[in-house]
Amino acid sequence: MSSDAATQLSYLDEGAGPRAWLLTTDHKRVAWLYLVSLTAFFFLGGAFAVLMRLELATPGGDLVSDDVYNRLFSLHGIIMVWFFLVPSIPATLGNFLLPLMIGARDLAFPRLNLASWYVFVFGSLFALFSVLAGGVDTGWTFYTPLSTLYANGFVSTAAMGVFIVGFSSIMTGINFIVTVHTLRAPGLTWFRLPIFVWTIYATALVMVLATPVLAASLILIVLERVFGIGIFNPDLGGDPLLFQHLFWFYSHPAVYIMILPGMGVVSEVLPCFSRRPLFGYKAVALSSMAIAVFGFLVWGHHMFVSGQSAYAGVIFSFLSFCVAIPSAIKVFNWSLTLRKGEITFEAPMLYALFFLALFTFGGLAGLFLAALAVDVHVHDTYFVVAHFHYIMVGGMVTAYMAGLHFWWPKMTGRMYSETWGRIAAAATFIGFNLTFFPQFVLGFLGMPRRYHTYPPEFQFWHVLSSAGAVVLAAGYLMPLFYLGWSLFRGARAPDNPWGATGLEWQTASPPPPHNFERMPRVSRPPYAYAMKGLKHERFSPHKETTGETAA
Amino acid sequence: MSFGIPFAPGEASSSAGSVDTLFYALLGFTGALGGFLTLLVVGYAVKYRAGSGANRTGERGRSLPLEIGWTLASLVIAFAIFGWGATLFVRRDHPPADALQIAGLGKQWMWEFRHPGGQREIDELHVPVGKPVVVSLASQDVIHSFFVPAFRVKQDAVPGRTTHVWFTATEPGRYHLFCAEYCGTQHSEMGGWVDVLPPEQYAAWLSGQGEGETLAAAGEKLFRALGCSGCHGASSKVRAPPLDNVYGRPVALANRSTVIADERYLRDSILQPAKEVAAGYEPVMPSFDGLVDEAELQMLLAYLKSLSPQGPPNNEAIR
Repeated sequence: MSSDAATQLSYLDEGAGPRAWLLTTDHKRVAWLYLVSLTAFFFLGGAFAVLMRLELATPGGDLVSDDVYNRLFSLHGIIMVWFFLVPSIPATLGNFLLPLMIGARDLAFPRLNLASWYVFVFGSLFALFSVLAGGVDTGWTFYTPLSTLYANGFVSTAAMGVFIVGFSSIMTGINFIVTVHTLRAPGLTWFRLPIFVWTIYATALVMVLATPVLAASLILIVLERVFGIGIFNPDLGGDPLLFQHLFWFYSHPAVYIMILPGMGVVSEVLPCFSRRPLFGYKAVALSSMAIAVFGFLVWGHHMFVSGQSAYAGVIFSFLSFCVAIPSAIKVFNWSLTLRKGEITFEAPMLYALFFLALFTFGGLAGLFLAALAVDVHVHDTYFVVAHFHYIMVGGMVTAYMAGLHFWWPKMTGRMYSETWGRIAAAATFIGFNLTFFPQFVLGFLGMPRRYHTYPPEFQFWHVLSSAGAVVLAAGYLMPLFYLGWSLFRGARAPDNPWGATGLEWQTASPPPPHNFERMPRVSRPPYAYAMKGLKHERFSPHKETTGETAA
Repeated sequence: MSFGIPFAPGEASSSAGSVDTLFYALLGFTGALGGFLTLLVVGYAVKYRAGSGANRTGERGRSLPLEIGWTLASLVIAFAIFGWGATLFVRRDHPPADALQIAGLGKQWMWEFRHPGGQREIDELHVPVGKPVVVSLASQDVIHSFFVPAFRVKQDAVPGRTTHVWFTATEPGRYHLFCAEYCGTQHSEMGGWVDVLPPEQYAAWLSGQGEGETLAAAGEKLFRALGCSGCHGASSKVRAPPLDNVYGRPVALANRSTVIADERYLRDSILQPAKEVAAGYEPVMPSFDGLVDEAELQMLLAYLKSLSPQGPPNNEAIR
């Protein structure tokens, strides 16, 4: 331990009572508030998924009734998308790291940050109410007129929950944008920003621009459902496809809200454990922005067989292939980063490599879906389910786990068990592939999604998938225990256990309340991993790492 | 070789082959690229693991020619796949002029088809082999989707508009018909079979439909004579619950409970319609108590039961 760290108080020492946590405006503590809430939602949504997979182990409906099954997948989707994936990395790691990475004392609007969490909690109460009161059976997509005229669950309540949580996203987005623009340390130019900051910035832009459209669509649903105003209902002069256009205008960019921050995390982790600069840094940074822009132009690829015109389909297909390019560029850059490195395989690196594999295969599956004629066959089948789980779970959740392990020493001042970390990473990788790869085959065979029962010839692949879900669940439960244990009993972490270059590693672990004892100045590009004397740098907090020097 | 494990759906339409060619081409390409990247990353991870003796001189943080190269290559390949997929896709809009026209109606939770000659079938669609068929799709309630995996076709049926799907079946047989768009409680039960018949068998099937008057048929006549069809019919202006496939299945009620539509429920609904009103409908139906006798009621029930040709679904939760 450095003598500095021993004498100075960290942000964790600033009061332990509920008041000190619930009224904090410290971005690091708000990150923990989010982390705890999101973990709860992740396991709630995960439990629904496990129940679904158990039901699907047999072709008949033997475990739960059709109405219960429909509620399971609806709530699984609603919770995982809006109450876990969208806020996951931005609200936890992003909140904690953004000021640290740019050398700021806090976010631009600390109170707005805390308010965003309260708004999140308020919205989540609506969602939890609709779960407890009897559920929602519209799917997470709330397609009309099913959601407005025919659904008998608590649709309005759930939609209100999603609506309110959207404001939490908008608040976070505005805060991040202003912070990146105004609070960068001296010398920290745009092209010296870590990619994590770039992706969080791109995500924030999408959050601010897309979420209001979702809010508008959900309000229109509630207006139609409660007051009978015809917007989407053809009997009242409305158009059901209008809802799909509005919904996907938000929800496709939301896919990028859900993956960009994950790309940011692995862009930090891969260089660190390869001891190499990120290959093609500028291309990776700019492709994040390209994804954010193109992401707004491809919503119609969810609607190729919906009844929209064939020509609209052709244009949306073309734009979808365009958005594939920046993602491909990133994959090539990440792969080349490993070249001529000094690679070690700690848990964050394992997770990052698994991200690379799963994101690549999920993305390649996206080519099938963007290709119009093939999409007609696999649309609304398990092929789509497999594709987006490869991106959202194999990609985003794996990256989230990589980031959580990577920055855990910084956040807590404790090391986690490396052995258990590696076992959990391997378990999620094996469990994930066993769960979702068979679903590609199922989708090609024609198994529609959201089916409570299915023809018996599909059972073989469903059994594999259900077995994988059990392994996957174990892989996600393990960190709950060994990270929890580490919180109280883990070895003290040095300031920079991985010998990483970011500004966040130049302050104490855990950081002091205002992040830096002396405000840093930046004079180097990011990822300036030197090639010599590497082994001495790790686990030695006293040594200057490379790059930035404190003034 | 596959030990009874299915790996690919059968090809039974004129477009299935060309869609599969694209699918397998994509599978080959993505498999090759994914395999190459996997080998590359695993190779690097092994070769450049910490402490290995690999030569690390000449490392670079960027390479402009390489980056431009793979960006251009990605563009070319992406646009080629786009063009291939789009070319096949626009054929969906151009069915052959001599196609057989069949009307399909989706409703919670069944498919109803009407042939040109007036033959009507539920959850079953008979088509001749080798002849193009256009199914014009409508929906009575929510969005459904007509999906026949063996034909590689899918099209949503959207309330308030008509959509079309066409195919030419190439292999006689019996193929799954699914509803692919989530449509509520019994979404997974909504479907049936497409029966592809040789032309002569198809002609025989057409002529064999609807001869003689059964109890159900008498009930249907009564159903019309009493004016039931004026509201419960598919083309009615008054919104009343459709009665197809109601028998034996759960019905959501306005008071948020659910009942199974057994004989009791059907009988009570005719005689005391205000007692258990289906969710989403106004309680406007008059009571037929005293207007129909028991025998007539039996005929009506037989007719209503005939609207659920499969009987109660095979669903443990209902029993």
